[in-house]
This record gives sequence, structure tokens and C-alpha cells, in this order.
Amino acid sequence: MNIAFSRRQFLVGAGAGMAGTTLGALGFGDVESAYAQAIRPYKLAQTMEARNTCPYCSVSCGMILYSRDDKARSGKRELIHIEGDPDHPVNRGTLCPKGAAALDFVRAKTRVPYPMHRKPGSNKLERVSWDFAMDRIAKLMKEDRDQNFIATNGAGVTVNRWVTTGFLGGCAATNEAGWLTYKFVRSLGLVQVDNQARI
Amino acid sequence: MTNNWTDIRNADVVVIMGGNAAEAHPCGFKWVTEAKAHNNAKLIVVDPRFTRSAAVADFYCPIRPGTDIAFLGGVINYLLSNDKIHKEYVANYTNASYIVRAGYKFDPEEGLFSGYDPKTRSYDRTEWEYEIGPDGYAVRDTTLSNPRCVYQLLKQHYSRYTPELVSSVTGSPKDKFLKVCDYIATTANGERSMTFMYALGWTQHSHGSQNIRTAAMIQLLLGNIGVPGGGINALRGHSNVQGYTDIGILAHLIPGYLGMPRDTEANFATYLGKRNFKPLQPNQVSYWQNYNKFMVSFLKAMYGENAKPENDYGFDWFPKIDVVYDHLRQFELMHQGKVNGYICQGFNPLFSTPNKRKIIAALSKLKFLVSIDPLETETAHFWENHGDYNNVDPTKIQTEVFMLPSTCFAEDEGSLTNSSRALIWHWQGSSPPGEAKTDIDILADLFLRIRALYQKEGGKVPEPILNTDWSYKNPKEPTPEELLRELNGRALTDLVDANGNVARKAGQQLSSFGELRDDGSTMSANWLYTGSFTEAGNIAASRDNSDPSGKGVYPKWGYAWPANRRLLYNRASADPNGKPWSAHKAYIEWNGTRWVGADVPDYGATLAPDRNAGPFIMNPEGVSRLFARKLMAEGPFPEHYEPFESPVENAFHPKMASNPAARVFKGDMEMFGKPKEFPYVGTTYRLTEHFHFWTKHNAINSVLQPQQFVEISEELAKEKGITDGGWVKVTSNRGWVKAKAVVTKRIGKLMCGNKPVHVVGVPLHWGFIGVARKGYAANELTPYVGDANTQAPEYKAFLVDIEPISGPVA
Repeated sequence: MNIAFSRRQFLVGAGAGMAGTTLGALGFGDVESAYAQAIRPYKLAQTMEARNTCPYCSVSCGMILYSRDDKARSGKRELIHIEGDPDHPVNRGTLCPKGAAALDFVRAKTRVPYPMHRKPGSNKLERVSWDFAMDRIAKLMKEDRDQNFIATNGAGVTVNRWVTTGFLGGCAATNEAGWLTYKFVRSLGLVQVDNQARI
Repeated sequence: MTNNWTDIRNADVVVIMGGNAAEAHPCGFKWVTEAKAHNNAKLIVVDPRFTRSAAVADFYCPIRPGTDIAFLGGVINYLLSNDKIHKEYVANYTNASYIVRAGYKFDPEEGLFSGYDPKTRSYDRTEWEYEIGPDGYAVRDTTLSNPRCVYQLLKQHYSRYTPELVSSVTGSPKDKFLKVCDYIATTANGERSMTFMYALGWTQHSHGSQNIRTAAMIQLLLGNIGVPGGGINALRGHSNVQGYTDIGILAHLIPGYLGMPRDTEANFATYLGKRNFKPLQPNQVSYWQNYNKFMVSFLKAMYGENAKPENDYGFDWFPKIDVVYDHLRQFELMHQGKVNGYICQGFNPLFSTPNKRKIIAALSKLKFLVSIDPLETETAHFWENHGDYNNVDPTKIQTEVFMLPSTCFAEDEGSLTNSSRALIWHWQGSSPPGEAKTDIDILADLFLRIRALYQKEGGKVPEPILNTDWSYKNPKEPTPEELLRELNGRALTDLVDANGNVARKAGQQLSSFGELRDDGSTMSANWLYTGSFTEAGNIAASRDNSDPSGKGVYPKWGYAWPANRRLLYNRASADPNGKPWSAHKAYIEWNGTRWVGADVPDYGATLAPDRNAGPFIMNPEGVSRLFARKLMAEGPFPEHYEPFESPVENAFHPKMASNPAARVFKGDMEMFGKPKEFPYVGTTYRLTEHFHFWTKHNAINSVLQPQQFVEISEELAKEKGITDGGWVKVTSNRGWVKAKAVVTKRIGKLMCGNKPVHVVGVPLHWGFIGVARKGYAANELTPYVGDANTQAPEYKAFLVDIEPISGPVA
């Protein structure tokens, strides 16, 4: 259901066989092979399909994502086409000008390729490793928390909050990411927490 | 949404107001088209602009931005004066008959309800409440004749909203306003239904919540809540904004709309005691009485085995709030230099928060900023000079910035909750680019590193961190399936029913929030999501698109909260005896032993009608509220207040122009512009080719709409000497943008009394990163004030000036 060879792969294979047989029967053997070579293979024939959801508005239209082996990166899949999911009861296969062009979002030149870091006062972002970024952020967060965490308020009530660091959640992430985000922020005592729903 | 996208096809009248579904939600708008084609529905659009929704409407009425309550209050007056209400519904399913305390009053001269304190800009709301009788229940007058009953107070309050006054305030021609009233009134009978479709055009006002309340009150007067083709339907803006709201990633929430503990709630007993939801009438369900079960199950999800009865399930580890730290307060505190660190997860606040100059100044005071995003955002580059588009000096900004690459929708799996409240699972369709990781993996990694530091070095109050449950198979990479299982919840010990039988074995997934307990024997991160991942598997991933009732319910497509219910309050689709109001609107009904029909009943499945439990089972009254009691900051009835920047005075009460209970920070009040210098109404909006600030990164969308523009009327263009395609500068008291002018018939001049009002439309999609041409943040212009209840910023109505300028040198 989730990932399967395209139904079109079957249709294309069957169609090519039919054409070969017809031409062969008419005595055009050489023409047949030349013709077969001239036909550009249908681009979705070799793809995998995955059912997905449009990342934009809250109609949350069903999409089918078509990917193939990434020639530049062995073992990875590359997205090459998106279309509306005709099985989805809300959008019934349609996509709007945003959703129909979502492939460009996935492949945008301004995707962040790797962790980057800007030093105070610097004029540029520089590539760093995940380890560097995560260790540094963890250290900065702990320093701030240790300095500013409020364990009890003026009335002596245990409040266990951390008010000097904030977190804005992004509403295109999944519910599962959302729950882990929730656990993350409240476990640390963060209370400056909000998401796009507020806007 | 109370209803859902596919249900819109059941509507007889569709009102789009405060939204523009044809352009902003095109594939959902098809259900309006279906209703028009197959149900002979009439589409009414009320909007400052003649949008594409208006272009296919049966009737269009213009309106001045920020005057929706005046318009809708006028509709209420029309319905009450012309006896166009659904009387049986109003009498039985609303609080029309409830008697209000003697101390409640509204002063129409002052524009204030009782209890106002100008120093704190807030109300003492004690008197905004029902009379309580000696039996402990609210006092009612079912004849609706007592002058202190809600019905009479409502009538009195909106009698001031005459068609003449409405027209002069809103700029909507009187005949057009009355025509809209006529269309709406055709649904006051149980035979026909109307849906309201709205989006940010209603929320982004200093009185946004009351815009929506006024519409909801109209729907209650008409009997349009709980019926197919009815409802009050928030279209919503992001693919999972509903899910993030449900999960409570908001300053005041715990998942499932539970409340953050406050400083005044020193212990767990006090916290729970303030949330007892004692019924206000006999026999009411008052479902929030189960709050303790939801809360204890949540704390068990949070702290696992460390949450025990003897430590109040870890209640003290959980943070308490002194105030609500909403995003406007966050950036205010940051501006004051009181915030050191900030993490943006898929969020670009430099562009989505009002008054960009203030935000630049605020971000510049941070010690560190982390952006977790698939894209390079303006926020992550706030310190970078982009000429007029972002005129800053990097050497003077000491903020350390991290840009962490996260995956996008195509590269992860999991569930998103659409605006119909349905969780729909999606599968990974591509490998992440470069070194991108999922949000889950990034935050899990960060959490484990912080926890390790506390384990190694100690530090301030490490207990909440060390006691948080993180028992995932691979703690560094929890799987989406594991997390949805936690959201759903499971039994922690064998659950025994009233007869002593084991109803659920320890370790099993629960199938309904009815199984949750308050003794620590169940866990569930979000009670509303219980049912989404049961012993039967991942229900959010179910893809059976059959529609057995033919009413557009699709009960087996994903999982809709609560309890897989597709239409909220659906008990109200039947009369008090359990019989549908009409055959045309039949949805669920009482068959003598149980409730049956197209959907999961929003009611006890075997709760007989003669038990007199109201259909609004979450409310202690059992009925819906025309009078909001103490729940709204600026009054129990919506009242017309002008936007904080308005071209006219408040014709209802000149002494009180704008929302008296809206919070305005010191310094921001002084930044409001006056009509003398800024005579035109600015309003921001979206285009069908773009999504917020993402699609300017996309080649195709940037070809379709490559360049920033503002939209003005032919009259204003003539008055100011502006030509179509010429350059203009739009200025507010906070900043300016330069863009090309689109001179159009889509925006007309409005006459508010004798005063002509012009609107300047400011689409918001451009910035200084991406492949589209560089543009200015629309929020250079907008005021730093939010709705008094939600703090959604006032983006839809503010003051600007506009002048022609010579274009940039090519």
C-alpha cells in the first residue's frame, strides 16, 4: 500500500509487448527493434510510489510521490514526480498551484545541506559537523538553564520553569515529531513555547 | 472545524467570510462547488476584496477590514427582529434561558461591560455568570421572558446593530447587507443548513476570537451547529497546525487541551480542584469531569515509571506558568534583553511576527539562535545585510546562529492532522538530502546530550530531565510508530472492569479514551488521540475511502478525533426526542435503544433522550453558549471595536474605540499610527500561487508570481497619481515597503457614513532568501498587538500611506 511498483510499470511493459508483436507479424523485424529503441521509456515506469500528504495548507491533500534510485548517491531514493492521490476523499487527485509544484520545494537550491554555524559578529555561516553543532547547542542551553532556571517562586511554590530560552514549533512537522517536541521542551522546563497556530 | 471538508457538500448556504478558500484552500473549495452543483447551494462571500471566491459566488458584499463584528452583530439583530431563528433549538440547546447575575451589564455609551479596570486593561469577570439557585444549579426561565435571561440580554445588546449603523460602520451597502441577512435567514428551520468558512481573515484582529464567536452565535440561533452542511469551520493554514494545536505546543497548553499549571495552583490537588466541571444542570454529562484521567495518563506518558501516586505523578517536575508566554510576549521579552536562547523549528518569525524592526532588534540581543528547518530562512539570516530588504550591520550582532537541516514531508513518515481533525498517516517517498535529519532525530539527539551533561556534571534541578521517560528502542531515533503509540496510550497494568473481569491486559494499546484511568494504570500522551493506534494497528494509516451513508463521512479514512467522530455536536442534528429535525438533515437518531446513523454519535451511545442530557456534552450546562460567561477577555457578548489603527472613530461608542482588554506593551501603543498621517487601511493576504515564505524558494511558484506587489483601487490610483505597474512606497508608523502597484477593480472604495475609505492590499510572500525576486517583509508595516484572547496579531487591518516613487535602477 505504502510503497509499491507503479501500476504504470505493468501497463507500459504490456503495451511495449503488444506493439512488438503487431509490427513483427507484419514483417518489419528490423524496423521493430529500431522503433523500440526510439521509444523513450515512460518516466514513471521504474519508480516507487509512496502515499504522502501535501505540506502546505490544512486541506492536507493526498499526494503520490514517485522516486527512483538516486544515481548520484548509492542506496538513496530521489524524488522525481508528485501528483494528487485519486483515492483521497478530500482532494480526489487534484492539487493546487502550490501542491502541484511541491517537487520544487523538495529540490530547492536553498535547502540546508548540512549543519552551519555563524560565530558572533561574523559575516558568514560556516559548515560544521552535527557533533559540533549539537554539543555546542547542548552546552549553551545547559549554561542558560543553570543560570536562569526558576525552581520556586516568591511564594515558595515549586514552579520549575525556564523563561530565558524559547521554542517555536513548526506546524508542518508530524504529530509524532510534535509529541517528542512537547516532551523535550517541558522536560527542560521551557515555557516560552508556541507554534504557528498563535499567528 | 466542527464539520469537515467533504461535509461542505451538504450545505444549502455557504458563507465565506474572513477567508478566501478558492485561492488559499483550492482543493477543499471543490466541496463548495459540489454543494452548488448538486445541492443547489448558494455561495455568499463577504470580503474587502472581490476575491476568486467572490468571483464564483452567488452574492458578494464588500466590507471594511476589521468590522466583522458590526456586520455579524447586525445579522443577529436581523434574525431576532424578524423572528428568523430555530426556536426549539435555541430553547433546548443553547443557554438562552439562563438567568445572568444582576451585576452584569453593558454600558453602550462607554462601550464597556461591568468590571473594567483601565489600569490593567482587563475585566473583573465575576459577574459575567449565571444565577445559581439553592439547589446548586443554574437558574433558568424556559419562557425566555425574564429580562435577565440570556435571550433578552442578547436581544437588547444587538438591538443597537441596526442596518443603517452596520452599513455606515462596515462600508457594506445597506441593501447588500440585508440581502446577505436574507440568505442566512433561509436556514433557520432545520430543513436547510449553512456553513461558515473562515481563516486568518477572522483570526488576525485584536478582536479575532470574538469575530468567530459572533458567527458561532448566528449558527446557534439558526440551529446550524451539529448538522450536516452546517458548523463553524476554520480552514486553517498549515498541514499540521491542527495537530500541533491538539498536542499543545502552545504556551498555555498540555496535549488534548488540558491547561498548563499556574503559580496559583501549588499542588496537584489544587490544580485538579480548579477543573472539576461540576454540572450546572441535573443529568448533564459534563465530560470534562474526566479531566483527572486525562491528566494522570499524560503525566504517565511524560515521566513513565517515575510518575507515582506518592509524587503526584511527577506534577512538581512539570513547569508552572506565571503568565502565558505567547509569541508576542516572547519577542517583547527578547526585545527587553530578557531572552538568551531561541529555537525555531520550521518557523520564520522574522517574517511572521509584526513590526520587523522590533524583531530584528530583539533577535540581535540573543546569545544563540537555532533554526531547525529544511530551508534557509530569513530568521536564520537575520544578521546578514541585504540592503534595504534587511539593513543590518553583522559586526554589531553578537548572536551565535545554528542552521540545522531537517527533512521535509517527502522524506519522513508519520501522521498529520488536517483541519477536519483527521489524522492521516503518510509514508516516506524520498531520501533526505545531504545531512538532513528528521525533527525527531534532531531533538532526541539534543535531549540525550543535555541529559548526559546533567548526569555527568549535575546542574540546576536536574530531576525533571532525569525523570522524563525516554524508553524508546533506540533512544537516539524513536520511531514515528512508537510515538503515535504513546500518543494513543496503553494499559500499564491489567484493567479490571466493574464486574471484576480483565477488560484490557497490561501492555495493550487502548482503543478509546473511555478506558483511561486516574490511578496510574494507563498512559496516554493525548487523550484525544486515543483510538489512533490500537491493538488493531495504526488507524491513522487506514485508507478505506468508502462512504456508506453517502453523506461524505468517510469513517474509515484515517482517524478523526474525538472517538473517530467526523461531525462534532452531531446529537444536535436531532430534536430533544432524538428524531432528526428533517429528513434532509438526518444524521444520527435515537432508535429506541441506542443512537444510530452516519457517524459516531457525539453523545452517550445508549443515553436515552428522556434523560434530558444536553447535546453539548463537554459543557457543564449541557448546552451551547450564546452568553460566553467568563470565558472571553473582552466580554460575554461580542461588541464592535475598531482595529487599533482605524480610519474612523467608533460609531457605536466614540469613547471606546478599540478592544479595551487587548494587551498592548509599553512602547507599542506609541507606535500606532493616526489616520491623519496614514489615511488608508492596509491588509495583508496570500496568493494562490504561494505558501507563506516557503514557495519563494521554488522555481515554478516564483515564475508564476515572481515579484512583490500591492493592490489598490482605480479611484485611489487616480487620486495619488499611481499607474498600474508603477512603483509605490507603502508606509506605516513602523516601516515601509516598496513594490509594484497593481491597480484593480477587485478593491473598491468603501463609504463609511460620509467618509470614503480606501484599502491597500499587501500580499506577503516575498523576502530576501530564495529564487523569487527579493522583496520586503509585509510585517515591516504591521502593528504589535494581538487578539485579547489568543494574541493572534492584527494583520488584517492597520493604517498606511501610499505614494508613487521612481523604480529601482535596473
